[in-house]
Amino acid sequence: MATSIETGNPLGPSGNLRRRQAVDRFMRGSATAAAVLAVAVLVIVVYSVAVQGGSQLSISFLTKAPPLVGLPGGGIAPEIVGTVLIVALATAFALPLGVLIAIFLSEFSSRATAYPIRLALDLLNGLPSIVIGVFAYGLIVYGGPNLGWAGSFALAIIMIPLIARSTLEVLRLVPQAQRDAAHALGISTWRTTLGIVLPACLSGILTGTVLAVARAAGETAPLLLTTGIFNPQVTSFNIFGVGLPNIPIEIFTESEASAPADHARAWGAALVLMAMILIANLGARAMLARSRRKMFR
Amino acid sequence: MDDTPQRTDGAATPPLAPLEVPTRDSSVATSREVVFEMRDLNVYYGDTLALAGVDMAIYKNVITAMIGPSGCGKSTFVRSLNRMNDSIPGFRITGEALYHGHDIYGAGVDPVEVRRRIGMVFQKPNPFPKSISDNIAWAPRILGLRNGLDERIEKALRSAALWDEVKDRLNQSALGLSGGQQQRLCIARAIAIEPDVLLLDEPASALDPISTASIEELMHDLKRDYTLVIVTHNMQQAARVAERTAFFSLDVSDGRRTGVLVEYDDTETLFTRPSDQRTEDYVTGRFG
Repeated sequence: MATSIETGNPLGPSGNLRRRQAVDRFMRGSATAAAVLAVAVLVIVVYSVAVQGGSQLSISFLTKAPPLVGLPGGGIAPEIVGTVLIVALATAFALPLGVLIAIFLSEFSSRATAYPIRLALDLLNGLPSIVIGVFAYGLIVYGGPNLGWAGSFALAIIMIPLIARSTLEVLRLVPQAQRDAAHALGISTWRTTLGIVLPACLSGILTGTVLAVARAAGETAPLLLTTGIFNPQVTSFNIFGVGLPNIPIEIFTESEASAPADHARAWGAALVLMAMILIANLGARAMLARSRRKMFR
Repeated sequence: MDDTPQRTDGAATPPLAPLEVPTRDSSVATSREVVFEMRDLNVYYGDTLALAGVDMAIYKNVITAMIGPSGCGKSTFVRSLNRMNDSIPGFRITGEALYHGHDIYGAGVDPVEVRRRIGMVFQKPNPFPKSISDNIAWAPRILGLRNGLDERIEKALRSAALWDEVKDRLNQSALGLSGGQQQRLCIARAIAIEPDVLLLDEPASALDPISTASIEELMHDLKRDYTLVIVTHNMQQAARVAERTAFFSLDVSDGRRTGVLVEYDDTETLFTRPSDQRTEDYVTGRFG
């Protein structure tokens, strides 16, 4: 192989530089292509849902009940109400529990006791949602009617690790000096947490909750098993008495039905759900960025 | 040590200009009541002995200073006095630390109660992200001292020489104050709950000289009502402020570094006629 010295240029290529450069270019190209692919998939999904479902969007779509199967027109109002109620109840279960778990891990537990709890939380986070659905079904629904709050119970199990983990992150950001100052005044750890630590974390807790809500609103498998498959014509608020219709199940049933009118409604429902989740996600991230800027001022 | 240069030639060097130490009536200090008594106090972090065999008594309404090089256990010692080290994993003590004759680390002693009586001010001012009045009122409210809260706030701020500067902006955030003001606010916050003892861990080291001077003046006033223990790396500050001074140093042997109490005496004696050679080396600047 000709060396640079032989060709007279001290900064020319030496050894296998050309091959290394080729490999470098190839890897960089692959990495860039993979990133572009990820963005492209998101864009394709959003675009196709928007195009297919956009024709359905109207005020009446959001305010009317679906018609009998196969007929065109109508809307998904009962499903929107159902999703809102089920997710709200799930949040009411999951938020206090998730925050308390995070407070325990951050303020009260020793390293030894924290480890198994964090492990359990991580495992719970990875549990398949249908397994959680089966659990909720067996615990609450089995032998009885489908119930809306059973769906909330299952969604809460999905939300708790998410809320706990994001709360733990913001609790860790509070400087130890603040806790030291409160302890040095003869204030117990719980009152310190309540009065000094938590108020500094509210923004982060809210963000984590919104992200967990966005995740839970789209979960279909647990709702399939707990609230059942519904297509009522009347909007119901009775979450503790009956199963409630909801958007994910609606998308499922309308897609499986045969008439094009049903498929169109499914696309419309998918668009509504996707829009709700995208807005929640972007809003939560904007809030988190704002609160991070405030904390590091 | 910024002001006392170290000599590296190892030869016998004459001491630098003697420290200006105000003469004090030294008999007064030891005739007072004992607040803290340490008997063979050893502090461990896990298996490491951080501070060995401390025997000392701290007196009431007297300012006691802890001086010594970095890492010799001064802050560890002072934090042990109000159980602030409890949260550090592996921390344990052997020996006795008595507060008015009662073991601070005795069974059944609630660390929250200990800290109620023995307050602490930290090196870096750490006001709460609340208003100035809420900073001071937060702890008394929780401790049940709800009556006369406004008077309590004013009294604390006056005692900390901060009242005149903030009386018109009590509802503004404490984070808007300057460093020296924030530190005086932390002192006001600590004395608002009327503790018995105030521990100050290098209270002025993060401040400029003017603020430092005002903190030192404040300490002279505070010792009338409180017992003060201060940690300082600044010998001149100890000389200006304290009646009694304890010199801590590092004992490096068997590859282990352990803090030891070298000498504890009236300030004037410690600085002008120290008994131990290590003390003399330190106060004359032969090592820092």
